[in-house]
Amino acid sequence: MMNEYKGQDILEFNYLSEEERHDVIDLMPPADYCAQEQVTAESVKESATAVEFKPAKRHMGQKIKNRISNTIIYVVLCLMSIIWLIPFVCILLESFRVESTSQVGYIIPKEWGFDNYINLFTKTKFLRWMGNTFFLGLAVSVLQTAFVLSMSYVLSRFKFRGRKSLMNLMLILGMFPGFLTLILIYNLLNGWGMTGENSVFGLILVYVASSGMGYYVSKGFFDTISKSLDEAARIDGATRFQIFYKIIMPLAKPIVIYTILTAFMAPWGDFVMAKYIAHNSSAGFNVAVGLQNLIATEESKATNYTMFCAGGVVVAVPITVLFMLLQKYYVAGVTGGAVKG
Amino acid sequence: MKQLDTLSYLKLSKIQKIGYKLASFFCAIPKWFVGLFLKLWGFIKAIGLKIADTCVDIVKTFKNGSWKTRVSFLVMGFGSVMFGQWLRGLLFFAFEVVFIIYMIFAGAHWLSQLGTLGTKLPTTEDVYNPVFDDTVETTIPGDSSFKILLYSLLTIFFIIAFIYTWRVNIKQCRINEEILASGRKVKSTKEDMKAVLDDQFHKTLLSLPLIGILVFTVMPIIFMILVAFTNYDASHPGNGYANLFTWVGFENFNLLLDFGGGKTFAFGEILAWTLIWAFFATFTNYFLGMFVAMMINKKGIRLKKVWRTILVITIAIPQFISLLYVSNLFADNGVVNGILLKLNIIDKEHIIHFWGETGQNPWLPRMMVILINIWVGIPYLMLITTGILMNIPQDLYEQSRIDGANAWQQYTKITLPYMLFVTGPYLLTSFVGNINNFNIIYLLTGGGPDNPKLIVDGTIAGDTDLLITWLFDLTTGASANYKLSSVIGILIFLVVAIISLVVYNILPSNRREGDFS
Repeated sequence: MMNEYKGQDILEFNYLSEEERHDVIDLMPPADYCAQEQVTAESVKESATAVEFKPAKRHMGQKIKNRISNTIIYVVLCLMSIIWLIPFVCILLESFRVESTSQVGYIIPKEWGFDNYINLFTKTKFLRWMGNTFFLGLAVSVLQTAFVLSMSYVLSRFKFRGRKSLMNLMLILGMFPGFLTLILIYNLLNGWGMTGENSVFGLILVYVASSGMGYYVSKGFFDTISKSLDEAARIDGATRFQIFYKIIMPLAKPIVIYTILTAFMAPWGDFVMAKYIAHNSSAGFNVAVGLQNLIATEESKATNYTMFCAGGVVVAVPITVLFMLLQKYYVAGVTGGAVKG
Repeated sequence: MKQLDTLSYLKLSKIQKIGYKLASFFCAIPKWFVGLFLKLWGFIKAIGLKIADTCVDIVKTFKNGSWKTRVSFLVMGFGSVMFGQWLRGLLFFAFEVVFIIYMIFAGAHWLSQLGTLGTKLPTTEDVYNPVFDDTVETTIPGDSSFKILLYSLLTIFFIIAFIYTWRVNIKQCRINEEILASGRKVKSTKEDMKAVLDDQFHKTLLSLPLIGILVFTVMPIIFMILVAFTNYDASHPGNGYANLFTWVGFENFNLLLDFGGGKTFAFGEILAWTLIWAFFATFTNYFLGMFVAMMINKKGIRLKKVWRTILVITIAIPQFISLLYVSNLFADNGVVNGILLKLNIIDKEHIIHFWGETGQNPWLPRMMVILINIWVGIPYLMLITTGILMNIPQDLYEQSRIDGANAWQQYTKITLPYMLFVTGPYLLTSFVGNINNFNIIYLLTGGGPDNPKLIVDGTIAGDTDLLITWLFDLTTGASANYKLSSVIGILIFLVVAIISLVVYNILPSNRREGDFS
């Protein structure tokens, strides 16, 4: 009876979503319970009492052991949660501090207020930075998704001459450090008037242009979609564009969302490229560069530190909410990418 | 070395087995170097043969072709138009016209200066200025080495593209002739247009991404490789208003790799720290992340979702916020020192410089960076490993439990081999990623504290500087040293390529594919 239950489960297990898997695992009877039942089932014929006692005894010892190890794990997990969350709690608390704008040696404010938030929106170009980053995120997520998907779809589905060498070439190009070409890219964009105030457009170009090289995760996904679908559609007279648009795209929804999510989030954290291309023109900053600029020197840190904390909170909250909503897709993408390498 | 068969291998003791594996690994090294060279030679030979074939084909096409084809050798697209493919023909012809005009008016000019990278220095002259209605001292820009190098490179790209298109144009004529000779019809323009979304759909999809990669990755990388052989730096900016830069051969490599003369070998030190960092950053995260995932996965642990969510939140928050904040927490006047002061653990004279001080032990900031990296990395690894851990067949554990295996044995004999097998490629990419892990170092320490011993060509590197942050400082710092940063970039590439090649060849995922599937 036990075996039957398990056999069914493993088959279905693969089709379950992340949360459902946890539920199944929670529901499954503990292992020693299985072992015990098997033993009793086998020993029915012998009907020897000793055989029935032994596993029960072992079960008790196991239970105590289990309880101890579980307690330890709970303690460790609680400690970890505190360590992981403490910086974020601190940053939240410090953002409400009124009595001093510089760094202080304590965390809980003596005087609470929204001054830092008000200053952030009135005294700096924070709104402009948010706008820049939001626009950047939208444009990049649309264009980059198109680039990445077409690249990975082609490499997964078409067997054309030079496919293997193209993939090898991209692998080799990926081994060069990204900042190597900073100076040339800056000069190129400068020549086209896409730096300083207009750095948003330059950044879009930079992010999107090379994004085709990050095709690995979505190619892995396309590889798992059965090719017989394509062939069937081909026999029915669909063109390759129709197959891509009408058959594969609807099936690839999780990976499309993953690509959009990562592309949208990247500009919020990118810092180096953005700083170099904006080149001291505060109108062209994104939030990362703008906020970092607030505390770049010791003097500015003294006056702007709590404002930086407030800015961090304002940026982090919407991003975190968005991320939590789409977490499922992110996890699927990250895990798939790691397994396929 | 003698190759053992499986049976006699299994008879060896544990230490002998390890010895055997090590020995066979080192014995294999010369073999795959030979293999690599053979492959490289085969690659070069294949290209050579292909070029020869193409030339023969071109000559044959000229000999056997009709007059339409022969005119196409001079006027591109002529044949295509005559065969009825007017769209292709017009595109070919337009390309030729653009190419010739570009070469005459710009390309030739840039290419002719490539050898010297410019000779004309800027001069000041008295020039009549209509605004002031008088002669004003004006700087007349000289040659710009930067532009010469860039546009010469573009011109070379353009020439290669032209030769390729010319070849395609001739091949098309030959194919058309063959089709006509066999009594079929050539493809019409209408069919060509249709093919864009059908038979040639992959080319349509690839065109934009590949152009992007060509312009923003391939071309810049080649440009920077060329810069490594020039003396391009802050005193030779080559922008038309100051000194020009020019070719210097391998001088920069000598400058960087020179470890004679009693100086500290700065490059070697920084490379060593980079590798140590990458090793610890990768494996501490990997094992601790797996451990956390296993704790949360354990049967009987409740609130699994809550624990996961708490860790995942930290991924969502942009790194520059969390890292900059943590960096300030541990700063000299930060919260941690403040609390330690209040608890009287330290006094004002002896605050802890978590991010190091010049002349102090460099390992404190280095340890801190690795620790903070664990804080950053565990949630990712927890996410990645959770799913894989759940995919390990549960009956393996049950069987081993019946056989009397304890938890540690289960871990080393079942979990770890499975994980290493599945995530081998991921470990490699994350090792390489850590070699180039810019954000952590830059946002936490900025590469500091400066170490006066690590000096190359007048620029100082810091104790926690990785090669990549060093490269960044050299590119953007006050005394920009582009030539050295290019050399470092090339060397990073070599290091990464060698590591990838070696590891890829010994990865279990590559060798024993059937083991777990």
